[in-house]
Amino acid sequence: MGTLSVSGLRKSYGEALVLAGLSFELARGECYGLLGPNGAGKTTTLRCALGLTAPDAGAIRLAGLPVPERAREARMRVGIVPQMDNLDPDFTAAENLLVYARYFGLADAEARRRIPGLLEFAGLAGRADARISALSGGMKRRLTLARALVNDPDILFLDEPTTGLDPQARHLIWERLKQLQQQGKTVLLTTHFMDEAERLCQRLAIMDGGRLIAEGSPRAVIAAHIEPEVVEVFSELGEASAADWARAEAARLASRVEIVGETVFCYLEESRPLLDHLAGRRGLRYLHRPANLEDVFLKLTGRELRD
Amino acid sequence: MGNFRRPRLSLRFIPVWRRNFLVWRKLAIPSILGNLADPMIYMLGLGYGLGSLLPEVGGVSYIAFLAAGAACFSTLNAATFEALYSAFSRMQVQKTWEAILNAPMDLDDLLLAELVWAASKAAVSGAAILGVAAALGLVASPLALWSLPLIFLAGLTFATLGLIVTALAPSYDFFMYYFTLFITPMTLISGVFFPMEQLPDAFQALAGALPLSHAVDLLRPLFLGQAPARAALHVAVLAGYALAAFWLALGLARRRLLK
Repeated sequence: MGTLSVSGLRKSYGEALVLAGLSFELARGECYGLLGPNGAGKTTTLRCALGLTAPDAGAIRLAGLPVPERAREARMRVGIVPQMDNLDPDFTAAENLLVYARYFGLADAEARRRIPGLLEFAGLAGRADARISALSGGMKRRLTLARALVNDPDILFLDEPTTGLDPQARHLIWERLKQLQQQGKTVLLTTHFMDEAERLCQRLAIMDGGRLIAEGSPRAVIAAHIEPEVVEVFSELGEASAADWARAEAARLASRVEIVGETVFCYLEESRPLLDHLAGRRGLRYLHRPANLEDVFLKLTGRELRD
Repeated sequence: MGNFRRPRLSLRFIPVWRRNFLVWRKLAIPSILGNLADPMIYMLGLGYGLGSLLPEVGGVSYIAFLAAGAACFSTLNAATFEALYSAFSRMQVQKTWEAILNAPMDLDDLLLAELVWAASKAAVSGAAILGVAAALGLVASPLALWSLPLIFLAGLTFATLGLIVTALAPSYDFFMYYFTLFITPMTLISGVFFPMEQLPDAFQALAGALPLSHAVDLLRPLFLGQAPARAALHVAVLAGYALAAFWLALGLARRRLLK
């Protein structure tokens, strides 16, 4: 039983090269994160992997089958939570699951047997007959997750599953995803939330410009690409500019300095000298923290807006 | 490339058809009013109102002449509305198609489901006119029952033409062109409301190249108790349109959605 592997994936739309020789493979039972700024090629990668668009070159295998040639059969083993909810607004929660189960060739009796457990899992027990319009954003996401499980898939594709959710709803989704992993499901996750990726993924990849630019466990990616400590320095209101301070002093105290507006990011192997220096400075505030995935992401993909 | 390859048809369309049927069942009352009552009111209003001013048309009362035309018109309207507005909503607005394509369904299955669904709804609309006409004594003999499969076939034809437009449409506003430039003129020249023979030859020739006149030429004799002349030709034109239009609609839909 295979998971997902792609190798040498290339895809252009007209002049624009969207995938430039992308390769990665999911290990069975892992949660693999695909991170990247807008336009990095994540959506195109997912569409290719599901057989919804054909790459110009490269090979894809999903659930042991070649894609796009046998994508339809491969999708029998896959559950998908799309970026935008596309539940059927005319149906109740339970009807959404029933109708979707039929697309997988499930008999109605079997589908009806599975529905209560799926609603329970999604925290929607007692909401079987609720109209979609009566559900909150978090409930709709959970129902979409339940719908993705209706065929008891081996592989789950989750495309930004917690975007737009409040912290409570997000934590509930995370909890459920961990449960699914314990059941042995392989998960491909795209997200813009680095803390989400750090929390859920055994391995992740950062992509930009249609290729992978970093891959590994969250810790390994952080260790490989960035200094271990970060000190963010800001000016107190009305006091001397942190940026001016940074231009004059920071370079000799930190291995790398980034000035973003009035905030200075100092990346360091050893923070003591800088902290001692800052302790004697009036008018500057600072935040000292370990480097995280977001620092790596911004270092590798830059701080310019991508829209 | 390859978007216009041969359609692969299978029975997988049935669960999608059932999805649309379940929605229809929930919204049945406004849907029935729109699909059935509207053309019926048209037929009765024109048939008796206008008909009272007219002598016999084609050897029968005007309303008896109109009944088969109204059944075709009703089929055309129901198929077209479903294949345009409803299918477009599912494709573009509600993203229902996107959800279905994430399941083990091909676009071929999905489009076939939309086609058969629109034709099913259209067949109900057309058959309802037949039922009313029969209840009013406007149908000459049980021969008219042959209309039922032909109404379904016509529904397939009109629905596929609509799906081409849907596959090309950037927004709902686009459909107005189709109605104004195609559906309405075709309805007026195809012998729905008055015999085609009233028209100049050029219009008759044009009508003969379009599918609606062939549906009318099949149904009108059957309603009046006669076997249609050149039935095989008319069936072949409707079926030919349906097949070619489905192929084209599927190719355009692939180009739009599977890129």
